[in-house]
Amino acid sequence: MNRARTYVTIALMVGALGAALSAQKVQITGAGATFPFPIYSKWFSEYNKKNPNVEINYQSLGSGAGIRQLSSQTVFFGATDGPMTDEQLQSAPGRILHFPTVLGGVVPIYNIPGLNTELKFTGPVLANIFLGAITKWNDPQIAKINPGVNLPATDITVVHRAESSGTTYIFVDYLAKVSPEWKKKIGVATSVNWPAGTVGGKGNEGVSGLVSQTPGAIGYVELIYAIQNKISYGSVQNMNGKFVKASTDTVTAAAAAAAKQMPADFRVSITNAPGDNAYPISSFTWLLFYETPKDKGQAKVMVEFLKWALTEGQKFAPDLGYAPLPKDVVDLEMKAIPKIKLG
Amino acid sequence: MMRDRWRRGLSHAVLIFSGASVVLALIPLALILFYVITRGVGALNLDFFRNMPAPVGERGGGMANAIVGSLIVTGLGSLFAIPIGVIAGVYAAEYRGTRFSSATRFAADTLNGVPSIVIGVFAYGIAVLPFKHFSALAGGLALGIMMIPLIMRTTEELLLLVPNTLREGALALGATRARAVFTVVLPAALPGIVTGILLALARIAGETAPLIFTSFNNRYFSTNVTQPISTLTVQVFTYAITAYEDWHRQAWAGALVLVTIVSLCSVLARMATARMERLHRGA
Amino acid sequence: MKNSRFSARPDEVFFRVGTGAFALLLIVIVGGIAFELGRQSSLSIAKFGWQFWQTDVWDPVADQFGARPFIWGTLYSSILALLISTPIALGIAIFISELAPQWLRKPLVFVTELLAAVPSIVYGLWGIFILVPVVRQLQLNTPAWLKSTPFFSGPPLGVGMLSAAIVLSIMVIPFTSSVAREVLKAVPQAQREGAYALGATRWEAIRMALFYARTGIVGAIMLGFGRALGETMAVTMVIGNSPQISLSLFSPQYTMAAVLANEFAEAAGDLYLSALVNIGLVLFVMTLIINTLSRLLIWSMARQKRPRLRRAALSEAGQAA
Repeated sequence: MNRARTYVTIALMVGALGAALSAQKVQITGAGATFPFPIYSKWFSEYNKKNPNVEINYQSLGSGAGIRQLSSQTVFFGATDGPMTDEQLQSAPGRILHFPTVLGGVVPIYNIPGLNTELKFTGPVLANIFLGAITKWNDPQIAKINPGVNLPATDITVVHRAESSGTTYIFVDYLAKVSPEWKKKIGVATSVNWPAGTVGGKGNEGVSGLVSQTPGAIGYVELIYAIQNKISYGSVQNMNGKFVKASTDTVTAAAAAAAKQMPADFRVSITNAPGDNAYPISSFTWLLFYETPKDKGQAKVMVEFLKWALTEGQKFAPDLGYAPLPKDVVDLEMKAIPKIKLG
Repeated sequence: MMRDRWRRGLSHAVLIFSGASVVLALIPLALILFYVITRGVGALNLDFFRNMPAPVGERGGGMANAIVGSLIVTGLGSLFAIPIGVIAGVYAAEYRGTRFSSATRFAADTLNGVPSIVIGVFAYGIAVLPFKHFSALAGGLALGIMMIPLIMRTTEELLLLVPNTLREGALALGATRARAVFTVVLPAALPGIVTGILLALARIAGETAPLIFTSFNNRYFSTNVTQPISTLTVQVFTYAITAYEDWHRQAWAGALVLVTIVSLCSVLARMATARMERLHRGA
Repeated sequence: MKNSRFSARPDEVFFRVGTGAFALLLIVIVGGIAFELGRQSSLSIAKFGWQFWQTDVWDPVADQFGARPFIWGTLYSSILALLISTPIALGIAIFISELAPQWLRKPLVFVTELLAAVPSIVYGLWGIFILVPVVRQLQLNTPAWLKSTPFFSGPPLGVGMLSAAIVLSIMVIPFTSSVAREVLKAVPQAQREGAYALGATRWEAIRMALFYARTGIVGAIMLGFGRALGETMAVTMVIGNSPQISLSLFSPQYTMAAVLANEFAEAAGDLYLSALVNIGLVLFVMTLIINTLSRLLIWSMARQKRPRLRRAALSEAGQAA
C-alpha cells in the first residue's frame, strides 16, 4: 500500500513539474501539410535556438486535416499545400489569412530498365498516360517528343497516391490546365477517381517505392523524394515550350512570374506558369493564421517567427530540396503581415 | 488393425503439421525482425535515448521524448482498459446465459473489429474537440478503448474454463461472491488473463492512427498529460513518410525500440505472474 | 434483471451490480461509437441511402460515392487471411500447449507474441520492400493455365490481394494462436487422461481437448478475424489501393479501413467526409453481422453433447484392448 502511494505521489509530482516548466514557455501548436514538414521542423528548431522560450510544435496530419483543426480551433495555425476553398473559408469561425512560405515541385518519376537517357514529357502526354489513353512506353506520342530514344514496348503501370494529398492536388491541377479531357473526366482535388487499372501507393515514399520496384511504372512525387531515392524523373514542357527539369531554381522561377499578378490573399495556383525557365508543376505551400487570433501572446510570437521565416529562414530551403520564395513575393507578404491583429 | 494404422498415421501427420506451423510462423518473424534490426541498429546510440528530435541533417537527434511519451500514453490506456476489461469479463463469465452478458460479449467482439482510425476519431470527438486541444489523456482514452475487447474476451473465456468446483468451494467456505471470484477464481485464470492484457498492449503499442488525432505529437519533452505528447509510433510514422535517409534510419531505430519495450514488458509480466502463482500455491 | 438461477443475497446483488456496471460501460462505449458513426454519416445516408452499399463509383470530385468495392476488398482479404492463419495459429497453439517439451514452451510463447509486438507500419514497410517483390516473382512464374483462371489473372504488379492477405494473416496469427493456446492449457488434465485411457492417439486426445474448449477456440478465431477487418496501415501499403471488385489474387484492390484512413485526414467538403464516415458505419454493421453469424455457430456447437467420434474407431479400440 505504501509503495503504491509513493508511486502515485511521484507521478503527480512529475506531472506538476511538467506543467510548471511548460508554463514559463510559449507553446504553440500547428498542424497541416506533410510536404513542408522537414523545412518547418528546421525552422522551428533554428528559431527555438535563438528564442529558447518559444516552442512551436507542428505535426503533419495532411492539408485538409490542418484546415479542419484550424477551423475547430484545436491548433493555433494551419499549413496547406492547396489554398483553402471559398466554402472552407466561409465555414471557419473567423477570417483566415494565407501566407506562402516555400515552394515545391512535383516530378514525373519512371522506371524503364535499360534506359539511360532522360525522358521528356509534355502536359497532354502526361495527361493521356494517367488517363490510360497511352498504354505502352513506345507509343508514338511519347516517341515523338523523345526522338532517338530507344523506348521499349513495355506496358505502362500508373502509380498514384492512395491517400488524399497536396501532391496529388498540384499534379492534377496542372493536368487539368493542359488537358481539357482530364478536366472534364477527372477533375481537380486532393483525391480523385483514378482510372481503373492504376495502383495507389501510400505516401510519396510508397509511390517511389512502387515505381522503383515495378518495371514500366510511372508515378508522381515531390522533387525531394525523387532526388533522395535516386529515381529517374523526366523534364516537362512548360507554357513557353521549353522542356524544363525540376530544381529549386526552376521552381522559384515559376513563382517569380506569379508575383506580378498575386492576389491580395495569396491564394494562387502557379502550375503551368509562364517563363522560359519556369518548371510547370510547381506550387506554393501556405501557413494559415486567423486574422483575429484569440491568444494574443501566441500571435505576437508567430508573427515574429513568420517574419524570420520569410527572410532568414529561406536560406535553409535549398539544402532540404525546397525552392525559396522570390523576393517580390516576400515583399508583398511582409506588407500583408500587419493584417494579423495583435492588439 | 488397418484402422489403428490409419489413426496413428493421422496422429503423426497432425503432430508434424503443428510443428511445421510453428516453423512457418517463425520464418516471417525472423525476416521481419532481421529487417528492423539491420535497418535500425545503426541509428541506436546514446543520443537516440537522450535527445529530442532534430531537423534533417543535424546530428544527434533522438526520440527520448517519444519513448517517455509512449510509456505514459500506454500506461494511461492500460489504467483505463484493464479494470473495465477484466471486470466486464468477470460479469460476462459469471452471469453467462443472461441476455446482458451476451450483449456485453457481442459489444466487445464488435468493438474489436472497429478500425483504429474510427476509434481515434471517436476519442477526438469526445476528448479533444470539447476542450479545444490535443492531450495525452485523449490518446490514452483511444488506446484504452482498443484494448478493452481483447482483455474482456480473454478474461471471460478463461474464467469460464475454471472448474465450478473452485467457485463452489469458496462460497461454501463462506466467502462473499466478490471475494470468491476475485481471490479464488480470478487468480486461477491469471496467467491467461495476463496473456490477454499483453496481447492488448502489443496490439496498441504499434498503433499510429488513433494517436495522431488525440495525443498529436510533441517535438519537445513533456510529461503534462493535458498537453500534446510525443509517442514512438507517431514519430516513427512521421519520419518514415519523409524522403531523408537519416530520418528513415531513426524511424527504424524507433520501431526496434518499440518492439523491444513490448517484448520486455511481456517477459517481465510473465515473470511476475509466475512468481505470484508460486506464492498463491504456497510453494 | 432478475434471473431465478442467481440468489438475492446482498453480496450477490452487490457483485452483480458492481461488475455489471463495467459491462454496461463497455456497451455504452460501443453504443457511443455507433451513434457517432450514424450521426456523422447522416448527410451521406440522406443522399445515397442503400445505394451506397451497391454502387462502385468513388469520385470525390463529382461527389459520387459508393462502398461496394471496399466491402468486397475487406471481406475478401479478411476471409483469405482467416483461411491462411487459422490452421497455422491452431497448429502453433496445439504444439505449444500439447506437444512441446517444457523447456521449449516459454521461448515459443515469447516468440509468438513477438509477432504481435511489431508495429503495423513495420509490417507495411516490410511488405512493400520484401514481400511484394517475392509475390511479383511468383506472379511472373505462374503457369499460363493458372493465369487464365479468374483467380490468378492480371499484370504482375506484386501489390494486390495476395500480398495483403499474407501480411494480414501474419499479423493475425499471434492473436488467434495465443488465445487458443491459453484456452487449450485450461482444459483439465483429467479430460486428456480419460481419452488416453480409452486408447486415443495423440491427435484424438488433442481433438477432444479442442472440442472441450471449442467456444474459446471460436472466440480466438473471431478475435483474429476482428483484427483483420480493422487493420489499416499494413494493408494499405501492399494492397494497391484500387477500388475494383476482382476475384484475382493478383489484382490491386481496396478495403474499407484503408480508404477511411487514407482519405479522412484530407477530406474537405461535408458530403465527402460524411461518405467516409458512412464507410466506417458500413464496416461496423458488417462486424455486427459477422459476429451474429459466429454467435449462431458457437451456439450450435455448444449444443453438441459430444464430439462425433467414429463409432467404429471406438469399438475397435475397445476390441484391441
